Amino acid sequence: MARLLPKKDAVIVGLGWTGSILAQQLTEAGLNVVAIERGPWRDTPTDFNIAYVQDELRYAIRKELFLQPNVEAMTMRNNAGQRALPMRDYGSFLPGHGVGGAGVHWNGHTWRFWESDFQIKTHLTRRYGAAKIKNLQLQDWGVTWNEIEHSFDAFEYLCGISGKAGNIKGQIQAGGNPFESPRSREYPTPPMQMSYAPSLFAEAVKGMGYHPFPTPSANLSEAYVNSLGVRMGQCTFCGFCERFACGNYSKSSPQTCVLPVLMKNPNFEARTDCEVLKVNLTQDGKMAKSVTYIDATGTECEQPGDIVLLCAYGLMNVRMMLLSKIGAQYDPVSGQGTVGRNYCYQTSSGARMFFEGKHFNPFIGAGSMGQSMDDFNGDAFDHSKVDFVGGAGLNCVVSNGRPISNRPTMPGSPRWGAKWKQATVDGYQNSMGFSAQGSSYPVRENYLDLDPSYTDRHGRPLLRVTFDFPDNDIAMSHFISGQMEKITKAFNPKFAAVSRIKKGWDSVPYQSTHNTGGAIMGGNPKTSAVNKYLQSWDVPNVFVIGASAFAHNAGLNPTGVVGALAYWAAEAITTKYIKSPGALVHA
Amino acid sequence: MKTILKTLAAALAVVAVPAAAQTVNAGKYQVIIGDCEGCHGKDLAGGVELQTPFGKLVSSNITPDKDTGIGNYSAEDFKQAMTKGVAPGGKRLYPAMPYPYYAHLDDRSLTDMWNYLKTVKPVKKSINVNQLRFPYNLRIGMLGWNAMFFHPKPIVQDPAKSAAWNRGAYLVNGPAHCGACHAPKNMFGADKSTALTGTSLQGWFASDLTGDRHAGLGAWSVADIVEYLGTGRSNRSMASGPMAEVVEYSTSQMSNADLTAIAVYLKDLPPSRGNGGAATGVDVQMKAGAVAYDISCAACHGRDGKGSAIFPPLAGNANITQVRADTIVRMVLAGGKAVATPTAPTGPGMPSLGWRLNNDQVANILTYVRNNWGNQAPAVSPETVGRIRGSLRSGS
Repeated sequence: MARLLPKKDAVIVGLGWTGSILAQQLTEAGLNVVAIERGPWRDTPTDFNIAYVQDELRYAIRKELFLQPNVEAMTMRNNAGQRALPMRDYGSFLPGHGVGGAGVHWNGHTWRFWESDFQIKTHLTRRYGAAKIKNLQLQDWGVTWNEIEHSFDAFEYLCGISGKAGNIKGQIQAGGNPFESPRSREYPTPPMQMSYAPSLFAEAVKGMGYHPFPTPSANLSEAYVNSLGVRMGQCTFCGFCERFACGNYSKSSPQTCVLPVLMKNPNFEARTDCEVLKVNLTQDGKMAKSVTYIDATGTECEQPGDIVLLCAYGLMNVRMMLLSKIGAQYDPVSGQGTVGRNYCYQTSSGARMFFEGKHFNPFIGAGSMGQSMDDFNGDAFDHSKVDFVGGAGLNCVVSNGRPISNRPTMPGSPRWGAKWKQATVDGYQNSMGFSAQGSSYPVRENYLDLDPSYTDRHGRPLLRVTFDFPDNDIAMSHFISGQMEKITKAFNPKFAAVSRIKKGWDSVPYQSTHNTGGAIMGGNPKTSAVNKYLQSWDVPNVFVIGASAFAHNAGLNPTGVVGALAYWAAEAITTKYIKSPGALVHA
Repeated sequence: MKTILKTLAAALAVVAVPAAAQTVNAGKYQVIIGDCEGCHGKDLAGGVELQTPFGKLVSSNITPDKDTGIGNYSAEDFKQAMTKGVAPGGKRLYPAMPYPYYAHLDDRSLTDMWNYLKTVKPVKKSINVNQLRFPYNLRIGMLGWNAMFFHPKPIVQDPAKSAAWNRGAYLVNGPAHCGACHAPKNMFGADKSTALTGTSLQGWFASDLTGDRHAGLGAWSVADIVEYLGTGRSNRSMASGPMAEVVEYSTSQMSNADLTAIAVYLKDLPPSRGNGGAATGVDVQMKAGAVAYDISCAACHGRDGKGSAIFPPLAGNANITQVRADTIVRMVLAGGKAVATPTAPTGPGMPSLGWRLNNDQVANILTYVRNNWGNQAPAVSPETVGRIRGSLRSGS
């Protein structure tokens, strides 16, 4: 029998970016809030000690900050004809674990999706006709750019993002991204200083007539006081961002941006090392009444609440909905059901070039220190003469020069011995790369559901991922790889190679942690799991916040959008829902 | 949903302050100035351990609970305890309860304070206060202590000084009891003098607050001091350790006028004898310290020692150049967290570097930091670092 705890106004599942933003906004509005987090408590001075936080073996190779499969694994297959097998180790993507979630160990690329993304079906149909996208399950997000722009602004000013605006209120700004949608004001801090490789990239693509600009970065270019009054430091270019926590308060994270204020609120409580098993619904299944979790001592507890906010990693939000029967499972055959629908990933490729006599010094690195161009992203270019839609952002980011994993060698170099060592020395200083972060568009047959065979340590079914790169995205990615090959020629390297994506997604090598969809937002309860305010269509006191709500994935990193959605949902809850609880949208 | 509606209703309710509540509010402010929560806890129910050179004292329950708190006190009992150090029944208090300072409170303030304490939520919590070693655990000894050291003289008002100075003199030497930590002590734990020249305490060094250029606050402006006390940080330093608690429970909630008064008074204190001046004959330590500093410290504190909006500067930071280096050695070895206040909510932390730096390296770095960028202070020896490392290990 679970221990029944006193009721709270709001129960939050997961204390990462979205959980901490929602908790901060809701406690400020006067609600009593508890956040229940599966992983441990972590804070900067005690857990991200600058004296050991740059331990590559511990954090990047042995992945100390990440979710481990013995806590929660997933099964995967490429299509419904296969039997899904469990991932024995997380490889293709690395979900976070513990307070701060993936917001602790991200690189810090902080993008906004575009106006055309939020109304992607309307936009592409208008421009190219419905036939162009007939094989894709693209749909509008139910929210428009003008509605949500201020939520992007709120997240960026929480984080202190370093960048250069390209479009302020419709006015194109020199040095920024001319393809971005209009923003209300400049970034809170100026762009980071650049090392040699991104500077060279910007010069080369500018010479080709493209529009490079500094990658919007959550590694701060200067000290900053954020919208909550919390202070952040200047990034030191240590090169230990991705897979690492920041020890000197210069990478935006829940720890550096929200928790100092949130944890002081008397009406907030964080319970760590507590794993939520399910959301309990009323007998008619129409309202959530509590969540059941197992605390650090193994005791099963029931926490009642008026509102339940699912703020875990996107894939886990979807699994929690399915385990709790919040909404109906999506069926790829009939197209019925909404939970699990429109799962998308990211379609990436990379270029690497080798030179002679260069000194790229990649140890001067930061997760988002780089130059980007969006000339081939989204619908920035005309797709009427190509056989796909979508595109990719090109990014030349020097995130690190770490000794174990960053040892590029010229193809044909010996694989061991003194000559290999010499090749790594040459490659370290003489090579640079850039990458394409490609869009991932939904198709009917890519989806999420519960695995029929495999269970976790509590006996609950694992999440099953059914995914392969759609033909549209393969065509898009090959087009982008072709453009990248042309770009490498402008550098006049000794050698250049560009990767090409193949059918048959492989979950073993790392690709991207940008899993999206499965509990998507939209204007129609038949084709979306949550409404435009991230509120479950089926259980209106449940809000599901995260990349799970993306109706498709663009060629841009998702965290900026996730943060904006958190502010957007928080505003709906504090200004609309608590005044008049119930469905905020009547379909 | 009912709880949400209740919360909203409470937020909308207009809080009226009846005239009778004025004394309660004034009393609450006296509790803030006196930093009562610093020792007796946020709920004033006591139980906070104080390590003294004579053993452990645990603060008492001062909520109005009749069995375990001061619910059975009369107003007069309260005043006797506050100003004479004598509880009902003639029980002698230990001067960890700073009655030698509270003796300066006037009757009005004591009445207000008492009226406020009566409104605090009673908490039933028995405290075993006296855990001192023999013979200090015999309260009778306090008779002799009081005879020798407890001679409260009224704080003389100086008409030649400003009203702010006089208010500051009263606060510093009276209810705010700054000297309880910052005045040097004799072997009996009594203040050697009232001069706030700093002293070692609970493994920290309570800083020299006089006008000395390096050891004291000579380089600080009134505004620096006000900001430091009001927010826990200024462009000169950040409060951590025991001072973090003082800022959190007391000074950050004081009025700006009172903080200014304290600062004006402190800025007028004559300089102490200083810290002994710059280290000499330490070229080797300085060179090694410069290298180690660049590796381990510069990323946050800057190669110029100026820190940043979040990290405290080391240049011109009086905590760095105290006559004794206890605080900064402790900070490097064990780390620490700056106080977080409503106006400066960050509360950044210094990580522990003790496991990575040996005693020589710590001594080199601190000698370098104490004698660079205009700082001047005696060298730190590896032996000092070793002693403090040992006391941190043993937890004393």
